[in-house]
Amino acid sequence: METPNKQALVDLLLQLADDDFLYSYRGSEWLGLAPHIEEDVASSSIAQDSMGHAAMYYQLLEELGLGSADMLAHTRLSHERKNTVLVERVNGPGYYMETPEYDWAYAVARNYCYTLAKKIRIDALKKSSHAPLASVAVKINMELYYHLMHWQTWFTQLYSSTETARDKMDAALALVMADFGDVFSYGKNGAAIEEARLIEGENILLDRWYAAITPVLVGLGVTLPEIGHERNGRDGEHTPDLNDALATLGEVYLLDTTAVW
Amino acid sequence: MSGMDRLHDDIMRALDTVKDPEIDTVSILDLGMFESFEVAEHDGGYAVNVTVLPTFLGCPALEFIKQNIIKAVSGVDGVSRTEVGFVFEPPWTSDRITERGEAGLKAFGIAPPRQSEEGEWQIDCPYCGSTYVTMENLFGPTACRSIVYCKSCKNPFEAMKPVSTLM
Repeated sequence: METPNKQALVDLLLQLADDDFLYSYRGSEWLGLAPHIEEDVASSSIAQDSMGHAAMYYQLLEELGLGSADMLAHTRLSHERKNTVLVERVNGPGYYMETPEYDWAYAVARNYCYTLAKKIRIDALKKSSHAPLASVAVKINMELYYHLMHWQTWFTQLYSSTETARDKMDAALALVMADFGDVFSYGKNGAAIEEARLIEGENILLDRWYAAITPVLVGLGVTLPEIGHERNGRDGEHTPDLNDALATLGEVYLLDTTAVW
Repeated sequence: MSGMDRLHDDIMRALDTVKDPEIDTVSILDLGMFESFEVAEHDGGYAVNVTVLPTFLGCPALEFIKQNIIKAVSGVDGVSRTEVGFVFEPPWTSDRITERGEAGLKAFGIAPPRQSEEGEWQIDCPYCGSTYVTMENLFGPTACRSIVYCKSCKNPFEAMKPVSTLM
């Protein structure tokens, strides 16, 4: 592979890997705290699948000679991370080990909007010019089907529930949309990613996302809040929430990077 | 039978002894996880390279399955080295499960993944065969299974999720 194309491929894979890595982590923080036991099983299963997806992308980077998957996942600093800001945000105030006051409405709004975006991206990646990435996308897509079904059910049910639930969902959706501006961005080197036909253009995917979510929102009588563009995580612009997440995620690995756990 | 044919048969028999780490009534052949193997001369014996398809990507059983394949195939007469590789092309889909695999899943109390021609998920109770069942949780104790309840015989059971490239 030519050098400019390789750099574009590395950029895209890091975006995909970091997205699912952080999304999975935030999902795993709900373990034992989800609203009921069935949901505890479901969301931890989704978090586990998603960590598997992140591992696959890091594995593809390892095969390109970028270093081991574990090292890529755990040793890169926050400004080197390319995940969307949306997945690094805390689940709510408080710490997991103390008194977490996590917001389930936020979890549902974030997970639904993110998973729908992931579905749009995976469908586009199935046609990627990088064949190994296309194969991984076909595989991930089969699992994603169930994730999307799950979060769409929660999203619709909470919005169809009480006045309180609706108010909480509105507030959560506003927070999610404020961070949504970089979800379909490929960052400042995005033109190279599109030129290499690794994936279709940012705006094509965003339009597909609008087309997919609009009937759901119309059915619920919800107006989509405006999409914010304060930071672009694809260019390493992140919040302090990411530092805390990375410190916890890498705590054991960084104790001894040569150990076999 | 030539020596090479015998070696191939022995390797297949060894692979059939590798069971799902949690469901000992089905082997990796029954589940359709086995894709192919290659044999090459190595160190006065044979090196075997086994290619396997992972079911679900985050499944923690994959590493155990890999180790169990290495252990089983290394025990075959004439084999001096075994390697296992996971590939995603072709993707594992639930229609790779064999008839024997379906019977093995049912014997363990798990409904095999079945889809109608229209792509609809069909779940029969593995205990009484009833189709009068309700989905309790799409997500079960492992990535590949859901939790279902049989309204006829009043038993909870697990069903393996169907996955296909049409999703």
